[in-house]
Amino acid sequence: MTLLPRNRAAHPVPYAPGYKSSVPRSPRLPLLSLPTRATEETGPVFGHDLLGEHDNNLILNFTGTPAIGERVILHGRVMDQFGRPVPGALIEIWQANAGGRYRHKKDGYLAPLDDNFGGCGRTITDEAGAYEFLTIRPGAYPWPNGVNDWRPAHVHFSLFGPSFGQRLITQMYFEGDPLIARCPIVATIPDPQAVDRLVAPLDMTRALPMDCLAYRFDIVLRGQRQTMFENRPEGF
Amino acid sequence: MVQHLTDLTETASQTAGPYVHIGCTPNFAGIEGIYKEDLGRQPYPEDAPGERITITGQVLDGLGVPLRDVMLESWQAGADGTFGPGAQGFARLAADQETGIWTLNTIKPGRVGNQSPHIALWIVARGINIGLQTRLYFEGDDHSDDPVLNRIEHRDRVRTLMARPEGQATWRFDIRLQGDGETVFLDI
Repeated sequence: MTLLPRNRAAHPVPYAPGYKSSVPRSPRLPLLSLPTRATEETGPVFGHDLLGEHDNNLILNFTGTPAIGERVILHGRVMDQFGRPVPGALIEIWQANAGGRYRHKKDGYLAPLDDNFGGCGRTITDEAGAYEFLTIRPGAYPWPNGVNDWRPAHVHFSLFGPSFGQRLITQMYFEGDPLIARCPIVATIPDPQAVDRLVAPLDMTRALPMDCLAYRFDIVLRGQRQTMFENRPEGF
Repeated sequence: MVQHLTDLTETASQTAGPYVHIGCTPNFAGIEGIYKEDLGRQPYPEDAPGERITITGQVLDGLGVPLRDVMLESWQAGADGTFGPGAQGFARLAADQETGIWTLNTIKPGRVGNQSPHIALWIVARGINIGLQTRLYFEGDDHSDDPVLNRIEHRDRVRTLMARPEGQATWRFDIRLQGDGETVFLDI
C-alpha cells in the first residue's frame, strides 16, 4: 500500500539555473517528508470507455486527413519499481508537429502549422502494461533560454498510475539526436543514466515496412510496498 | 553481490513546459474536435452529497507574479471522508490566461481517519521540473490531530496550507513557489 519514497536523485533538480524558468519557480525550502496515506495511495481511475477510436493516433485524430511528417510508432510498457506491469494507466501525450511548431497561440516559431495535426493523444495500458501511439516524429525547435538553445525532438508524456502519489509528467527523446546532450531542460537531471532512460531506442522489430519506424519507451512508476491483509487481495 | 529488491528506478520527471494544456486540456487550449471534453472538469456530479464550495487562488512565483500557464490537479475524499470510484474527487484546473486565477468547484471533503478535511494538489508548469505536491486545508476546522500539519516544524508555515473563507461557501488559497510565505510542499 504505502508508496516507496521518491528517489529524488533520479529526478531533475528543481532549481537549475541553466534552465532559466526554474529560477523563480522552484521552492527554496526543504520539502516536508511524509509516509503516504490514503490520499496519495488512491487516485482517479479512467476506463476504456473514455477513449475514442483514434485517440492514440495523432496522425489521424485531428481532422481524419493524415498529418505530414515521418510516421512513427511509439510504444512500450508501464511498470512499477518491482517490474510489475501497471495495467489501466492513462497516458496522455503532446508534441510539436514535424516542423517543430505547437498548435498553441503562444508558439510563434516560424515553422508552419500543419492543418491536420492537433498534437495530442491518449491511451490506456493493457493487462501487460503495454501501450502504443501512432504519430509524426516532432521537429526540433529553438526556444528563448540561451541565445541559441534548441529543444531536441521530444514527446511529452503524462501518466496516471493507480495512486495520485505516482503522478508523473516526463518527456521522451529519440535515439541518436545530437541536441539531447545540449538541452538545458535535459540537463536539469544530474544522473546520466536517468537521462539515458528518457531516450527511446529505435525498434525495428515494431517498425512497419513501407510505413513507419518504431521507438520503444518503457516507463517506471513508483512502487507500492505490499502488505498482505487477510481481508483484501494484494495491491488493493 | 546482493540484488536489490527494487530493480528499477522511477522514470525521471521533466517539466510539463509551456504547452501542457495541449495535452491535458486540449479544448481549453483551443484544440477542439479530438476529445468531447477535457478530463476532470468537475470532481463530483451536482447531485453528490455534501456542502458545495468554490475555491479560487493563484500560483505565485518568487517575484509574486501569478503563473498564467500553470496546471493544477486536485484529488480529495467526498463529504463522507472516503475516496469515490472512478474519477470522482479528481479535477484538473487551468489558470485563467490573463489573471492566473484558478477555480475549483467541489464538495467540502470530510475527515479522512484522523486527518482534517483536505484536498491534495499537484502543480505543474514551465520551470517546474518535478510536479509539486501540497495540500489545502480549511481555516477554522479543528486541526489538532492532523498528522501532516503536526509534522510541520516551523509552526508559522502551517498557515500556508490554509484556505481562508471569503464569504458564503467560498474560499481563497494562494500557492507561493518561493520567497516570503513559501508554501509547504510535500515529499510524498
